[in-house]
Amino acid sequence: MADLAIRPQDIDVELNPPLVTGGLTYAGITEKISGITESKTPRAWYIAIGVTGALTGVLGLMIAYLIFTGIGVWGNNSPVGWAWDITNFVFWIGIGHAGTLISAILFLFRQRWRTSINRAAEAMTLFAVACAGIFPLIHVGRPWRAYWLFPLPNTDLNMWQNFRSPLLWDVFAVSTYATVSALFWYVGLIPDLATLRDRAASKIRQWVFGFLSLGWRGSAHHWKHYEMAYLILAGLSTPLVLSVHTIVSFDFAVSVIPGWHTTIFPPYFVAGAIFSGFAMVITLMVIARQTLHLEDLITMKHLENMCKVILATGSIVGYAYAVEFFTAFFSGNPYERFTFINRAAGPYAWAVWTMFTCNVFAPQLFWFKKFRTSIPWMFAISIVVNIGMWFERFVIIVTSLHRDYLPSSWGYFRPTAVDVLTFAGSIGLFLTLFLLFARFLPIIAVSEVKGVLHAQKTGH
Amino acid sequence: MSQATTKTVRGALGDFATPEALLEAVRGLRSRGYTKLDALTPFPIHGMDQALGEKPSRLGYLVAAGGLTGACAALLLQWWTGAVDYPLVVGGKPFFAFEFSVPITFELTVLIAAFAAVLGMLAFNGLPRLYHPVMNASRFKGATNDRFLLVVDAQDPLFDPERTPALLGSLGSEHTEVFED
Repeated sequence: MADLAIRPQDIDVELNPPLVTGGLTYAGITEKISGITESKTPRAWYIAIGVTGALTGVLGLMIAYLIFTGIGVWGNNSPVGWAWDITNFVFWIGIGHAGTLISAILFLFRQRWRTSINRAAEAMTLFAVACAGIFPLIHVGRPWRAYWLFPLPNTDLNMWQNFRSPLLWDVFAVSTYATVSALFWYVGLIPDLATLRDRAASKIRQWVFGFLSLGWRGSAHHWKHYEMAYLILAGLSTPLVLSVHTIVSFDFAVSVIPGWHTTIFPPYFVAGAIFSGFAMVITLMVIARQTLHLEDLITMKHLENMCKVILATGSIVGYAYAVEFFTAFFSGNPYERFTFINRAAGPYAWAVWTMFTCNVFAPQLFWFKKFRTSIPWMFAISIVVNIGMWFERFVIIVTSLHRDYLPSSWGYFRPTAVDVLTFAGSIGLFLTLFLLFARFLPIIAVSEVKGVLHAQKTGH
Repeated sequence: MSQATTKTVRGALGDFATPEALLEAVRGLRSRGYTKLDALTPFPIHGMDQALGEKPSRLGYLVAAGGLTGACAALLLQWWTGAVDYPLVVGGKPFFAFEFSVPITFELTVLIAAFAAVLGMLAFNGLPRLYHPVMNASRFKGATNDRFLLVVDAQDPLFDPERTPALLGSLGSEHTEVFED
C-alpha cells in the first residue's frame, strides 16, 4: 500500500502522550475488547435496552398510526409543509457524518488517534443514517410506493424519475452513503471478527464469527490487499461524506425560498454535520468509556482532540450564521432581509437564540483546557450541541417557510404529540442499535489499535 | 494411526513473539532460497511485503474500472430516461445536461467503485474460504491475538518436513510444528 508510515519528527506529536496506556500488551488489548462481548451481560444493559426498546416500540406505533391515518397526524400544514420530519432527517444524517470523517478523512491525514474511536463512530453513522432514512420515507405519505424513488422499470408508475430534482439526488446520495459506510465498517470488522472466532468458547459463537469473518487468516497476502482496499475506501468515502450533506443542502439551496436559496449552504451544512456528529460521538464514547472501563484505550487525549474538532467546526458554523445574516443584508433583496429579521426577532426567535447559544457560544468553552479535559463538562456540552444542531435544522426549515410572500399565507407551526413521539422513538431506535452493537461486536478496532501500540513501542 | 496415513503434510509453521523477530526469520528463509512463504499476523507489519517479495496490490485497477462503469451507467441512465424514453418538460430545464447529472454520476461512481474495492479485495484473497489447512496448526489462533507466525508451504521446492522446522527453530521460532490437511 501507499506508505502510511509516520516520519520520525511526527512521533512526538502523534504518540506523546501515548494513545494506549496502562501497560496494555497485544494480548491485553484482545482480552479487553473481546472480553466485553464474551462476558455475562450486565444488568444495566438489560435495563438500558428495555427503555430504548420501549421507545423503539413507540416509533413503530407512531409510524403505523401515520400510515393508516395520513400525514395530518403531524403538525405540518400550509404554509409549513416540511417540519419535524425533515428536521429529524437532516439532524440524523448530520450525526452520521462523524463516523466517516473519523474513519476516512482522519485516516488519510494519518491521525492515529482515530483508531480507538473509529469503529464505534462508524457504527453510530450506520444507525444514524438508518434513523434518518425513516423520515423522508414516511413523509412521502404512501411509503408502499417507496420504490418509485428508484429508476426501476414498473407498470404502475409508467414514467421515469426527474433527475433534474435535488430530491432525487438526495435519494442517491443517502442510499450510496448508507451502503458505502456499511461496506467500510464491515471491511474494518473482518480481522476482529476472526479474533472473536479464534477465541470462541461456544459452538454458536464459532459458527457465527467463523461465517462472518469469511475465513480471515491474517496472512501477509490478505493484509496487502486489505490495506489497499481500506485506503481506497477511505479515498472514496472522503468526497462521499462531503457530498452527502452538500446534496442534502441542495434540497433547500436549489429552491427559490428566501432563507434557503443561498450558495453558502453546502459548506455550512457539511461543517454543521461534522460538528453535530462529533458531539454525538463524545456523548456515546464518554458513556462507553465509563461503563466498559476503556480508559486505557480511549484516553483523555482522544477526548480532547474531539473537543478541539467541535470547537473548530462550531466556530465555522457560527461564522456561517453571521455570513447568512450579512448576505441577507447585503443582497438588498427585501424578501431575503425580511426572512432574516423575522428569524432573529419574529415568532421563532426563541428557537433561533437557542440555536445560537447551543452551537456558537457553548463550544467556545473548549478554548480552555479545563473544559476540554473535564468529562462532565464535555458530556454536558456535547448534549447541548446535539440540541442546538436539531434547532438549527428546525430554524432553517420552519422559519423560512412559515411566512410566505403574502401575509395571507402566514402561519405558525406547532408539533403534535405524534411529531414528538416519533422523534423520541427515533432516538430510541438509534440507542437500541448502538447498545446491540456494543454488546455483540468489538467496540474498538482491535487490529488497528495493536498497530498503534506497535508504533508506540518501536517508535515508527 | 490409519487416519494419519491419509493426511498429507501441507507446510511448516514457526511461532514468533515480535514482528521484528518474524521479519528477521522471513529474510533468513528468503536468503536461503525459500519462495513459498507466508506470514500470519494480528496486524499488518510494515516492510513484510518487501521481505516476502510480494508485488504491490493491483486492486486499484479494478476499482478504477468499477468507478468508470458507475459513471457511464449513471450518465446513460439519466440521458436515456430523461431525453430519449420519456422526455418531459419540468421547469423549462433541458432534458439532459451534464450540470444536473453531476451529483448522481458522482454517487454511482463511488458506489460501484466501493463494491469493486471490497469484492475485489475478497476475490484477490480467495475469501470467503472458511477452511484452510493452516487452521489445523495448534498455534494458528495466536495469529489473531498476539503471535506472529511464519508459514512455509509444502509446495516450496526446498521444503523438507524434517529440516525446514529445524531451520525455523534456528531462526528464532519459539515453537515449530508441521501441519496437515
